[in-house]
Amino acid sequence: MAYSDKVIDHYENPRNVGNLEAGDGSVGTGMVGAPACGDVMKLQIRVNPATGVIEDAKFKTYGCGSAIASSSLVTEWVKGKTLEQALTIKNSAIAEELALPPVKIHCSILAEDAIRAAVADYRSRRGAVLEESACAPASGAVEA
Amino acid sequence: MDLSSANPIYLDYAATTPVDPRVVQQMVPFLYAQFGNPASRNHAYGWAAEEAVEIARENVAALIGADPREIAWTSGATESNNLAIKGAARFHRGKGRHLITLKTEHKAVLDTMRELERDGFEVSYLDVQPDGLLDIETLKAALRPDTLLVSVMYVNNEIGVIQDVPAIGRLCRERGVLFHVDAAQASGKVAIDLQTLPVDLMSLSAHKTYGPKGIGALYVRRRPRVRIEAQMHGGGHERGLRSGTLPTHQIVGMGEAYRLAREAMDSENRRIRALRDRLLAGLQAIPEARVNGDLAQRVPHNLNISFQFVEGESLLMGMKDVAVSSGSACTSASLEPSYVLRALGLPDEVAHSSIRFSIGRFTTEAEIDAAVERVKATVERLRALSPLWDMHCACVDLDSIRWAGH
Repeated sequence: MAYSDKVIDHYENPRNVGNLEAGDGSVGTGMVGAPACGDVMKLQIRVNPATGVIEDAKFKTYGCGSAIASSSLVTEWVKGKTLEQALTIKNSAIAEELALPPVKIHCSILAEDAIRAAVADYRSRRGAVLEESACAPASGAVEA
Repeated sequence: MDLSSANPIYLDYAATTPVDPRVVQQMVPFLYAQFGNPASRNHAYGWAAEEAVEIARENVAALIGADPREIAWTSGATESNNLAIKGAARFHRGKGRHLITLKTEHKAVLDTMRELERDGFEVSYLDVQPDGLLDIETLKAALRPDTLLVSVMYVNNEIGVIQDVPAIGRLCRERGVLFHVDAAQASGKVAIDLQTLPVDLMSLSAHKTYGPKGIGALYVRRRPRVRIEAQMHGGGHERGLRSGTLPTHQIVGMGEAYRLAREAMDSENRRIRALRDRLLAGLQAIPEARVNGDLAQRVPHNLNISFQFVEGESLLMGMKDVAVSSGSACTSASLEPSYVLRALGLPDEVAHSSIRFSIGRFTTEAEIDAAVERVKATVERLRALSPLWDMHCACVDLDSIRWAGH
């Protein structure tokens, strides 16, 4: 399969790889996907409690090049955004930015899910009342 | 192969092989200088072509201990499998409706079986053991009075395991059941002598054995005579078994490739086994690497190995200068990993992490060493990216987690 230049770039130079201290109340962790399906994404965000702005983001991903690129890309995109703004990132925008072929669209969907899961985890840790129904997948947050 | 060139190191000989230059040399004259139709019985062009075709037939027969009259040309092993299985089932449909094969067969067999199911036949798809081999007792239990045919591949294309064809053949003989063997991955690698081997039909391919693509053969036993129904109708070529003008140059190529295979098989297998051992030693130095399929009952050409916590396609992407195959299905629409590895009982995540290395005639030690280094570096890099590797290192049991499927 031929990969787009952007997928190759993110695969070869992944941005924001790593872990944030999960015990910290300002960190939300989202882990989505399943090993049996061939991809697992872990996205972590550090949120400024005063402003609600995502100040840092890290990821680790097990999966194909497109999955790695999708999660690398969203760490760049969520930084500097408020939680509300981060939740507006749609898989279609990720797929378009990376020029994912149809067979790889699920990678962008997973990346969108990872954002939602990380935000939901942060909010549950802060005890915030969710003003909208959380649609994070069942795995929600997993400590790693 | 030339390492200095920009071409990736080729370790995918189970997918296809380059045509041996000596084979190319034999083929070329039959494209222009001796272009005749072997079926033209009334002039020198035809006679020359026919003679070349018959010499090739002898060479193909000789590699497997058959009589040249037992060899019919086809377009490749896929067609041979179709012709053997559909041809036998339909010819003998009055005698029974039951067929048996393995879950780990090539799609050319499995899909042919599915087609016959739509045509009213009943098919048993047998499990293999975790090592990839068929337990003969499983076959015994599956045989029925109305079983017409058993089809088992000699060498598996993904994991390289060698089935016990003599034992399976003996059992089929006892029960009066036809036995077809897909030998596409076996020719030139496993010694085959159909004088003694109880096999009725055998599919052969040229391009897995340093011949050209687009040509293969079906062995059809003469004594006792095995009858099958033609699937391609026309001018009555190949004794009416398979019509269509014979591609002389392709046939000459297959003949020469099989002649070379017969000459070189023993020494080549020894050389390739040494390379495989070198590859295995190098890759086993990587933590959490596991070989898929039995290592002893296996052609030395194949090494299928899983690097856990790393997904196969991303691994391939990181080692573009090594040409190999992955059991990960991330390139296919289904998103399901290799059905062969799943049939061994491997968890999906292990199947997703598998790479097939296949070694051949032109592989060098330097290529093996370079490939090992490349794999090591890429696995290490991707594990640093892998949340599963972190969890493994933190002794988190991945099975204890409730994952969300997608």
